[in-house]
Amino acid sequence: MPVPSLTALQQRLLDRFQHRLPLSPTPYADMAKRLDVDEAQLIDALDDLQNKHIISRIGPVFKPHRIGTSTLAALSVPSQDLAATAAFISTLPEVNHNYAREHLFNLWFVLTATDEAHLRAVIATIETTTGLPVMSLPMLREFHIDLGFQLNHMR
Amino acid sequence: MLDPIDRALIHATQAGLPLTVRPYHTLAVQLGINADEVIQRLQNMLDNGIIRRIGAIPNHYALGYQANGMTVWDVDDDLIDELGLCCGVLDFVSHCYQRPRHCPEWPYNLFVMVHGKNRNEVEQKTAQIAALLGVHCRQHQILYSNRILKKTGLRLT
Repeated sequence: MPVPSLTALQQRLLDRFQHRLPLSPTPYADMAKRLDVDEAQLIDALDDLQNKHIISRIGPVFKPHRIGTSTLAALSVPSQDLAATAAFISTLPEVNHNYAREHLFNLWFVLTATDEAHLRAVIATIETTTGLPVMSLPMLREFHIDLGFQLNHMR
Repeated sequence: MLDPIDRALIHATQAGLPLTVRPYHTLAVQLGINADEVIQRLQNMLDNGIIRRIGAIPNHYALGYQANGMTVWDVDDDLIDELGLCCGVLDFVSHCYQRPRHCPEWPYNLFVMVHGKNRNEVEQKTAQIAALLGVHCRQHQILYSNRILKKTGLRLT
């Protein structure tokens, strides 16, 4: 996949606004002012970043475990069943990330549920449907303050 | 704690803010409250840590960081706070978590997500982490993702 080219405005936008989006009535106008462009240009730049999937969205990042509960789960799926099992896992509304990884544990996904009972029920459903044990590895501590992604490494 | 309006606001914003001239007003109309209240509730969730940040959320893959290595480490439990913080401050690390071991098949207790443009870059960065952890790490592995099958923001279910 080729790296999409960013316009100078998009580059500056990503440098400045991965956090601290203004909580004002007109945040895009305020951002535009700080970047010395007009509001329509700024909204177009954001729309283009979203359409090209360079950003997944502009909005809040919620802290895990503050709303409901979650865990990182892994399955060791026989290779011939991986596609079907992965497709099933992705259909679950409790799954928000699902990655195939090159390991004996070859399917990794994040489960988010309203409470522990709900989480246990989802895990039980996965185990019954797949016939495989779920390895559940809930976060115990976090050692990173997420301030966004450093774009200067790209240059 | 969160009340039903907060929950509705989380639902309405987890896929992103509207790209309208007054996005908080747009949300306010959807939720049947006024825009000042939307802003105040978002500010409160920022202040109490429910929202970590509000901004543009880049997609690492689309930015050319296509090698995503989940590095996992078996480190001394007694030192995990110090060791975790050492890794968490590295600028190429996007997530750093302590998780339980699941012995015997899973002896790793520290998860460090490393992003690079290719696997060679991820391996160099992983070597830097290994050097930092030194003798306090018994073993480690890099798990590369070969496919993203689903990725959405947090969802309330």
